[in-house]
Amino acid sequence: MERMQQVVARARAAFSSGRCRPLEFRIQQLKALERMVKEKEKDILAAIKADLHKCGHNAYSHEILGVLGELALAIDKLPSWAAPQPVKKNLLTMRDEAYIYPEPLGVVLIIGAWNYPFVLVMQPLIGAIAAGNAVVVKPSEISEHTAQLVADLLPQYLDRELYPVVTGGVSETTQLLTQRFDHILYTGNSTVGKIVMAAAAKHLTPVTLELGGKSPCYIDKDCDVAVACRRITWGKYMNCGQTCIAPDYILCHPSIQSEVVENIKATLREFYGEDVKSSQDYERIVNKRHFKRILGLMEGQKIAHGGEADEASCFIAPTILTDVSPDSKVMEEEIFGPVLPILTVRSVDEAIEFINSREKPLALYVFSNNKKLIKRVISETSSGGVTGNDVIMHFFLSSLPFGGVGNSGMGSYHGKHSFETFSHRRACLIKDLKLEGTNSLRYPPSSQKKLDWVKFFLLKRFNKGWIGLAVLALLSVVAAVTIKVSFA
Amino acid sequence: NPYTGLVSCLRAAWLSGKTRPMEYRVAQLEALGRFLEEKQQDILEATAADMGKPSFEAYFTEILLCKNELNSALNNLSHWMKDEHVDKSLVLQLDSAFIRKDPYGVVLIISPWNYPIHLFLVPLIGAIAAGNCVIIKPSEIAKNTERLIAEVLSCYLDNDCFAVVTGGVQETTRLLENKFDYIFFTGTPSVGRVVMTAAARHLTPVTLELGGKNPCYVHDRCDVHNVARRVAWGRFFNAGQTCVAPDYVLCSLEMQEKLMPALRQAIVDFFGSNPRDSPDLGRIVGEKQFRRVRALLGSGRLAIGGQTDEQERYIAPTVLADVLPSDPAMQEEIFGPILPIVVVGSMDEAIDFINSRERPLVIYAFSSDSKVVNQVLERTSSGSFCGNDTLMHVTLTSLPFGGIGNSGLGKYHGKFSFDTFSHQRGCLHRSMGLEALNGPRYPPYTPQKLGLLTAAFEIKRKGTCTLL
Repeated sequence: MERMQQVVARARAAFSSGRCRPLEFRIQQLKALERMVKEKEKDILAAIKADLHKCGHNAYSHEILGVLGELALAIDKLPSWAAPQPVKKNLLTMRDEAYIYPEPLGVVLIIGAWNYPFVLVMQPLIGAIAAGNAVVVKPSEISEHTAQLVADLLPQYLDRELYPVVTGGVSETTQLLTQRFDHILYTGNSTVGKIVMAAAAKHLTPVTLELGGKSPCYIDKDCDVAVACRRITWGKYMNCGQTCIAPDYILCHPSIQSEVVENIKATLREFYGEDVKSSQDYERIVNKRHFKRILGLMEGQKIAHGGEADEASCFIAPTILTDVSPDSKVMEEEIFGPVLPILTVRSVDEAIEFINSREKPLALYVFSNNKKLIKRVISETSSGGVTGNDVIMHFFLSSLPFGGVGNSGMGSYHGKHSFETFSHRRACLIKDLKLEGTNSLRYPPSSQKKLDWVKFFLLKRFNKGWIGLAVLALLSVVAAVTIKVSFA
Repeated sequence: NPYTGLVSCLRAAWLSGKTRPMEYRVAQLEALGRFLEEKQQDILEATAADMGKPSFEAYFTEILLCKNELNSALNNLSHWMKDEHVDKSLVLQLDSAFIRKDPYGVVLIISPWNYPIHLFLVPLIGAIAAGNCVIIKPSEIAKNTERLIAEVLSCYLDNDCFAVVTGGVQETTRLLENKFDYIFFTGTPSVGRVVMTAAARHLTPVTLELGGKNPCYVHDRCDVHNVARRVAWGRFFNAGQTCVAPDYVLCSLEMQEKLMPALRQAIVDFFGSNPRDSPDLGRIVGEKQFRRVRALLGSGRLAIGGQTDEQERYIAPTVLADVLPSDPAMQEEIFGPILPIVVVGSMDEAIDFINSRERPLVIYAFSSDSKVVNQVLERTSSGSFCGNDTLMHVTLTSLPFGGIGNSGLGKYHGKFSFDTFSHQRGCLHRSMGLEALNGPRYPPYTPQKLGLLTAAFEIKRKGTCTLL
């Protein structure tokens, strides 16, 4: 407990010193991170491989590429993101300065997850540093190699007091959460998300919770099923299904169910060969606990493909379940594994109703040649994000905010949204100490005359266009002079 | 739970999609406009009965500012509701990428007693504009306004989608046990914690508009006459019961001496020589609050005012000099017509004083030297900042209104209200064709594929490839 208090106190003192405010300092730290990622690439890939059996290419494209992209974007855009934004003024404030000034929040806590252990710590960290905060990083202990690597590397490249790394499990995280932070970003599951928010509530700390859920994937009859299945297979089985925005289950018409199964099978052969276990590109389940959990979800189900498992290596083959019932165990929790249930629905209306009767998911996927249908599904449902006619890809566009809604989370980040999440947008109005004349309208003693003038100056009317505005401006100058004379 | 039925009804109405079309939202907002027009007199009377709110003040804050927000929403709603298209990377050039503004669902607005119409109506405008169903829980402490809202609002708004719940602490606690899709709370930090803890059980996002002690730094170089008027106006507005009122003044000993006669003059100008007779000075809302504020009078040295009348809940516009940080008036948000002056040696000392305390809703700084004003701005942190005036930043709907740290989280007013009550949903709509372009991302992985991916996804530094 004391150690946690000291770490946070040191970070807070470092923040209060003001050294992370100047943009030059922040950019210097971001560039140091960039050097770290490039110089230590091999070590990072090795750690991810040790944690998730993920091959180098996969780890690079999933974790390192995205991080380098975010770093380049932040370094490039920081001056424009951090600049004060002037705002539209009203008649009364016409001569004043009014703007929004982005400021750091203070000391931020980032709690990472184990499934993409590097990027899920780095991407929030980049945003938090860019916004000028001190950051306490708590990587997930389940991906222990990456956690240790992050703990070793960050102090070598970054300011040690401002950006400490805390390692440990549930007990250390619980202790950490009793400390006061100015923002907490947590990536993980909804159960722990509630605990994090309750802990944050004690200090009135704002939170961003990147949680999960069952992301539905609706395949319309009118679509190129082969292409759809190829894309779905990629998104479902990457990282052995351990992706928060993986298509969790499929909804489709019974008449295309077997076509879907055949296409996924064919794609699996294309991706991983006949013997998946020997493919370099197929990952493993992170630990025995999750391995057993996922096997349990397959019990009693109709296995159309796959189902093989090997506990010693935490291997579960890419699996497809058909004719799954909505009440079965596999439909109760987020699968987070290489098991793909297919549920049949008679129409898109039934699919929409099905989706809406459940918790709001992190992602929603819909495949159709009919653009109107896709628009309809988006409009009549709610989810963190959406990709139409593909899966996962909205994650990679940093101009889109990435986050959940309802049970799948709150808040968002990526790109500029990270900067905004970790900033306080301070409203600033700077007036003149002179020109007291117009102020007299608002002072007591009140009168109907004063009230009428106040209405004139303040009441927004329906848009009259710029001519109206010019006339109003002219009138207000006349008014100001008149008022000064009559109320001085 | 006595409210579960009501929440389910609203949720059913929400799922029916009734609140989605723009026409529906516009109709409800226009109904709110009619409420403000037709019930204007009732609003002025109810707020006068609750806290002696002067009709000028009531018109300004409860009617005029609300009308501004309504018109802002009505003028801009179609623009706010539109999908916001975003910049795309090279790989996604042929796709459609946009941010969709989705309503959350069933929203709860809990409002306080000090600006009892404004502080539920302005969030309500945002919630309706964003397409939500809403339960409004006004404060039971402003009894007359609570009754007005409960009886009259249902005549204007669609009762399938909007409801008013009345009651005290017990009722609010039970209400909070239900699952809402968003909670908007205005009130004290201690109740803010309770609300956020309740929200955490359902993973409900919140906006908390709380409070604190708003410091008001007065530099030696300034127009004392103007400063005194602006500060006095902000302090004594609504008898001091304003979350953004200047709570205390920080200045040098010389400035305290200069300010005193100027403040005295301002108070006489505003309220006459016997403020108790002025129709422009409000009263404290209740006995409990009156006693709390009165107890703060024993701080520093009484320089102006100090008279009270328990029956009327009247406290004269009061200025206390030489107040110490340990005095009662410096331990809590005053929320009354008392202005303590704390003497500091320099601007640096003032800034240190401010920074050693909880971050307030607003910081005020007065100086004819703009460098001084900027220094205070740069070296402190607060929800908002206003230089050379008080309260006025609240009237500009283009500025976000909210706190930081103990003074709150989230913001609203104008478009910020709409954004607060909307879920910003990232959407990518791809084409089914051009599957060949996806080739590099599929297994089996090869260095060549990786090279292609790197080229396509990597955001290059400015000056190289700007297409990406």
